[in-house]
Parts: sequence; C-alpha cells; structure tokens
Amino acid sequence: MLHTFVAHVSDKPGVLTRVASLFRRLNINIVSLTVGESERPEVSRMTIVCEAPDHAAHRIRASLYKLEITVDVDEVGRSEAVIRELCLIKVAAGPKTRSQIFELATVFKARVVDLAPESVMLEMTGAASKIEGLIQVLTESGYTILEVSRTGRMAMRRGHHTSRVLKALGTPHSDHSDETSFPEKPDADEILPNEFTGVHEDEA
Amino acid sequence: MNSQHPQLTGAEIIWATLVGEGVDEVFGYPGGAILPAYDALRKFPIHHILVRHEQGAAHMADGYARASGKVGVCIATSGPGATNLVTGIATAMLDSVPIICITGQVGSKVLGSDAFQEVDITGITLPITKHNYLVTRAEDIAPALREAFQIAMSGRPGPVLIDITKDAQQNTATFSFEAAAPAHYRPHPMLQAESSSIQQAIELIQQAKRPIILAGHGIIHSGAEAQVLAFAERQQIPVASTLLGLGAFPTYHALSLGMMGMHGESWVNNAIQQADLLLAFGMRFDDRVTGNLAHYAPNAKKIHIEIDPSEINKNVRADVALIGDLRETLDLLLPLMPKKTDTSWIGEVNAMKGDAAVRDIINLPDNGHLYAAHVINDIWREAHAAGRADQTVIVTDVGQHQMWEAQYYKHDVPRSLITSGGLGTMGFALPAAIGAKVACPEKDVWVIAGDGGFQMTAAELSTIVQEGLAINIAVINNGFLGMVRQWQEAFYEKNYAASPILSPDFVKLAGAHGIDGAHVSERKNVIPTVTKARTSGKPFLINFQVEKEDGVYPMIAPGAALHEMVRRPAADPLLETAEDE
Ligand SMILES: Cc1ncc(C[n+]2csc(CCOP(=O)(O)OP(=O)(O)O)c2C)c(N)n1
Ligand SMILES: [Mg+2]
Repeated sequence: MLHTFVAHVSDKPGVLTRVASLFRRLNINIVSLTVGESERPEVSRMTIVCEAPDHAAHRIRASLYKLEITVDVDEVGRSEAVIRELCLIKVAAGPKTRSQIFELATVFKARVVDLAPESVMLEMTGAASKIEGLIQVLTESGYTILEVSRTGRMAMRRGHHTSRVLKALGTPHSDHSDETSFPEKPDADEILPNEFTGVHEDEA
Repeated sequence: MNSQHPQLTGAEIIWATLVGEGVDEVFGYPGGAILPAYDALRKFPIHHILVRHEQGAAHMADGYARASGKVGVCIATSGPGATNLVTGIATAMLDSVPIICITGQVGSKVLGSDAFQEVDITGITLPITKHNYLVTRAEDIAPALREAFQIAMSGRPGPVLIDITKDAQQNTATFSFEAAAPAHYRPHPMLQAESSSIQQAIELIQQAKRPIILAGHGIIHSGAEAQVLAFAERQQIPVASTLLGLGAFPTYHALSLGMMGMHGESWVNNAIQQADLLLAFGMRFDDRVTGNLAHYAPNAKKIHIEIDPSEINKNVRADVALIGDLRETLDLLLPLMPKKTDTSWIGEVNAMKGDAAVRDIINLPDNGHLYAAHVINDIWREAHAAGRADQTVIVTDVGQHQMWEAQYYKHDVPRSLITSGGLGTMGFALPAAIGAKVACPEKDVWVIAGDGGFQMTAAELSTIVQEGLAINIAVINNGFLGMVRQWQEAFYEKNYAASPILSPDFVKLAGAHGIDGAHVSERKNVIPTVTKARTSGKPFLINFQVEKEDGVYPMIAPGAALHEMVRRPAADPLLETAEDE
C-alpha cells in the first residue's frame, strides 16, 4: 500500500541522502518525495510517499526518527489530510486544435501557462487522481502529450493540528493541547508479522 | 567574540575538545590530511597509541569502549586511512558501541575533485555510523565533536565519524568548550513508557506460569544489571543470555540458565520454546538466537523492553512494548510488581538439563586429546582459583573458539567478555584487547583467537610491545578455519574447500616481537602455562594445539526451530577413547 510520511528535518547538506539511504536500505521504493522550506527557519519539510507493506509503517517511522537530522515524523496516510500535487503538462497543439484543450483546462481547473505555435502548457494543482484524470482525457481525446512534470505529493493535516516541531521549538502554539502523541505500542494494524521468515540461509 | 577565549588552530581545537570530553587515550595512524592535528598532539595531555593498521584503531576504540563504558576514540588520515576504518566502524555499529572516529580530509577547496587521497568517507560510512559530519571550518570542529560525543553515548549508542578538512585543521577560531555544548539532547519522541503498557506488562507477568528473561547487551549499555537481578529474584524468573548479554547476569546464580540460540545449551532453548512469557531485556531477537521465526516460542507472549523503537516488531511480534532505557523502565516496573514464590517452573527448567550437562565434553576424563573446550574452561578455572575472575576480561575473535568461549567460560560480571556479535568480525580480538587493556590496565586481559582470525590482525603484536601492554594471548590452533569446516562437514559433505589453513609458528612469531610464548598440546600443561602467562607481568602468547576436527555442539541447523538442536554425535570418533558417562 502507499504510505505518506511528513518529516521535518534539519536543513543541512546531505540530509536528503540520509533519508533516501534509509529507504534504500529497507528496500522500499519511494514513489515521490518533495522537500521545501517549512514554517521554521533551518527546518525543511519533506513529504515522502512510498510503496510498502501495510505493517511497515511503524518500522519506517521509527527508522526515520533514528536519523539524527530528524526533528519530527508524522504519518498522514490514514488521517484527515489535504494531499496535493503540482503538475505541468505540455501538449502538442497548433492554432486549430487548441480550443478543446482550453475547455478541458477549465473543467479540470487547470491553467494555461504557456502558448507556443505547436504546443500548450498546462499547470494543474490537485489530488493525484485529478491530475491523472486530466492526462487520461487529453490522451483519449487524441492529443499527444510531449512532457509531464509532477512534483509528487505534499500533505498537511486538516484542522488545528500543531506539528510537534512547533512544540519542540517552543512557538506560541506550543501550549495548544494536541495530545496525539505516538503510541509506543504500535496499533494492531501496524504490527509486523514475521516478515523475515526464511532468512536463515546465510553462512557462518 | 569573547576575548577571554583563546584563538586556536582547528588542529588544537580537536585535542582541546577531546580533553574537555575527558579523553585520555586515542588510537590512530598519521598521514598527510591529518598531519596538522598530529603536529598539535604533543601540546595536549592525551596519549596516542600508534596502531599497525587503521582497522586495528577502530577495534581498539571499540574494545576500549566495551571494557570501560566510555567513548573510544580513533583517528586516521584521509583516503586509505579512512577506508581502513570501515570494518571496525561497522563492527561497532552492529553491536551498538560508542566510538568516535576522526578522519582527515583533503582541503575544502578541492573537495569532490578526486584530489590525492580523497575519498567520500561520510558517504561510505553513512549506513554504518549512527551519524557523521563533514567539517570544513575551524569554528565548526568543537560543536561537531561535542555533539558527536552526545550522539555516540545517548539512546542506543553507536559510532560517529567526523571528517575534518585539512584547511579546517590549519585555520584558527575562537575556542570555548562550554560554548560548543550541544544545543539540547533530543529525546526520542517515541520514548515514553506509557502507563497503560506498564499495566499490561504487569498483568502478563502475573499471569505467566513459565516466564523467561532474555538478557541482552542492552542491560550492560544501560547499567541495569542490579535491576535485572532484583527483578529475576523477586519474580523467580530464570534468565537466558544472548552472546553479548553474557556477564549481565551471574552464571553461578540459581536463576541463570546460560546462553540461548544457535550454539546455546539445549535446555535453554527448550525452556524458551516451552515458555508462556518472554521478557526481552535490551535484546533484538537476532536470527542467531531465534532459529526459525515461524516456530519461535510459539506459546509465549512477549514483553519487549528496548530503547530503539525500530527494533519493536522487527523480527518477533511484541505483545507489550516498553520503549525506553532499560534501567529506568525496570526501576518503574519493579516496585509495582508483587513478589512471587512459585518455583515449580524453575524446577521444570532444571529438570530439562537432564544428562546434557553430564555428557558435556568438559566432563570427559582426560583421553590424551586437547579440546578447545578444556583450554577455555581451564583459563576460567585458573582465573577463578587465583581470585582474578572478576578482574579478567576475555576478548574473543570469531569462529568455533568464540562459541566455546561462550559455553565454557563463566562470565559473572559485566564487561568481562568482549566479542564481535552482530558483524562477526574476524581479526577483532587482538586489537580490541589492546583497547580493553588500555582502558583497564589493572585487569588481566586475554585474547582468545583462532589460528585464522589471529593472522588477520597479528601485526598489532608490535603495538602491544611498543605500548608495553601485558596482554595474554591464547591461540586456539586447530589448523582450520574451524567454523567454516564445521559447516562444510554438516552441510557440504565434508568438502573442505579453502578451510585448512597453514599458520606460522605463533610462538616464534611472538618471539620475533620480543614476546614470550609457549606451545601447549597436552591438557596437563594448560593450567601451569596459563598461570605463567597471567603472572608474567608481560605479554605472553600460548599456542594451544587442539583437536583439528572438533565441532561446536549443540547446534541448530539454519532454518531449523530452536528446539531442534543437534547434539554432539554419540559416536564422535574424537571421543571414542573417552569413557563416556
Ligand atoms: C572478516 C571475516 N571473514 C570471514 C568470516 C567467516 N568466518 C566465520 S568463522 C570463520 C573461521 C574462523 O577460523 P579461525 O579463526 O581459525 O577460528 P576457529 O573457527 O577455527 O575457532 C570464518 C572464515 C568472518 N566471520 N569474518
Ligand atoms: Mg581455527
């Protein structure tokens, strides 16, 4: 299944390698990873989407915490969160074939950001399924898609959820009683079965 | 800038910070990129031990840390010096040992240009360090080093590497030890023992009829030996140890079972298989202790007390996980536990020993053969008789002799056994013993190494002499890479490919270094020679010429369940002349 983690990490050289290396070591494929500035100076915010077994979430989160550069990790997969992605799509279209693209863009709430003699560039923000919908409709309408660039998902919990990074750093919000602390015993659905059965073939 | 703080070179800052952190000794090897640091060394009250290979420096820092509980420090130059540390760093990582590795690096202006002796050591060591730093400015050295000490020691300990460019060593900066203090210790957000879990744990313990404590390395890291003892006694729970947990619980204690796992005693493994509750104290259910996970302790609930949350449910599902420092957690738990008096389970466990102990090789009368088990047991008996057992540190290498050591040497105090468990690094023993002896000069330090592994780092004999360290060395010489030979015997139809090994005359080799030595091939000579070595006040090497094709038993074959132990074959040709039973 897809897991979505939001990690606050210190903004220093090599931090991305440490995070990426962790997933490589666990042999887990990263589907998308976005990094950018957060509400705090010197702290970057990463949204990491990865494909891993259901039960792997606890292990991934705990392993992320083990990195010295990690300030905070949240798994937003199962919670109420806004998940968005930005996408640029370049479609082959001349003056005659453009107009239907403009219509589609309106329907999908995409914007035309570049118009060239032989192509149109669309910008769209939304859930991944919406973006995939636009791409599908364009293809089915017979247009040739020249380029697609997607940022990968960004996630943020809904409501007045104060991230622990704010608390840890003692911001004015820190007194807000958001006691959703990590259970030190994982939920039943996070329990790992004996996934390493059959690993005993190694030599002395 | 504060005028009362001195301007120092980066090189001086390295040593000044180490002095501030309480470091007295470092193990290292010089070279171009670290020469500025060496140039400043003699201004500081730090003793530098010159090694013969940087792998040795890392193992020495490791042995130093395991023997003393303090951080061990090693230092090397860039490029080959740094890469030579790698095996030692990985060894420390897998056994959670706090060491600091300082490496020189080419100048910051040429970083990434494949300059002479440039290697990306922070990249190389990323997965085998707890954390690492590349420092390019003199003013960043002290904060990085101080943070490194904190990281190495806190939580689950581990190695930290600091790579310092040559120009950072040469430039100057204002030095203040206090101002370089790490901002704050970042407690793990998952490290909160929840009262509901404590309650659940108490209930499970009270309901249990057949509980067992699994004692791991974490007890020693946490300094929780007294708490574990009190807990076991109060609850009347028998204690089984992992390899690295040996010494955490006294073997002479009525509740002590012995070592579990692949070469553990059969009754220990059988007891675990029959248990209804396992209390895992600072251990990680390594595959060498669980056997086939699908059949591991099938009827037991598991309470896992562990400082590293990523270990929970990694190999074995925990019914209750108490994440945190073991000593603190047990201190919390202990007063809440009503005393137990039912000892029927202990009686059952003891009954499981059956004739296993009697049939043990150690009880066989002298039949003219010298067995490694005898040698190791005699080293223990000699120390014990001399009243030195608590003051003796055994450092083993990796192989059959390591398992025999774990079986036949009785470890009653923590830090009396130093061995590479997680990585199983051959060549570990001699350098790690040097580290242990430097940390504990008042103790008797014994190397117990195989003829194979000893040759991997034998160059450090020279270090022993240069440093005047009275280390005793027992080479268990069976003419084979014995553990490999045993696997070939058991699983590869005795196809002894590349396992017979030729060795030099180890006594002559020692002699070439000015180290006294002796050959022993008869049991009657073991104890007298061991006494001679121990009391000589100088380094001493004994070459024990033991049975060539002896095996470590009991043994669990790979893939087999914990109770499916293979006992020493009854018709073992080696033992034919022995009066069995
Ligand atoms: C550096 C390294 N290389 C290879 C191995 C694999 N290995 C494990 S035990 C062993 C044999 C050790 O032989 P020896 O040192 O003579 O000890 P013995 O088993 O005979 O007691 C080998 C090769 C290892 N553990 N470490
Ligand atoms: Mg051997």
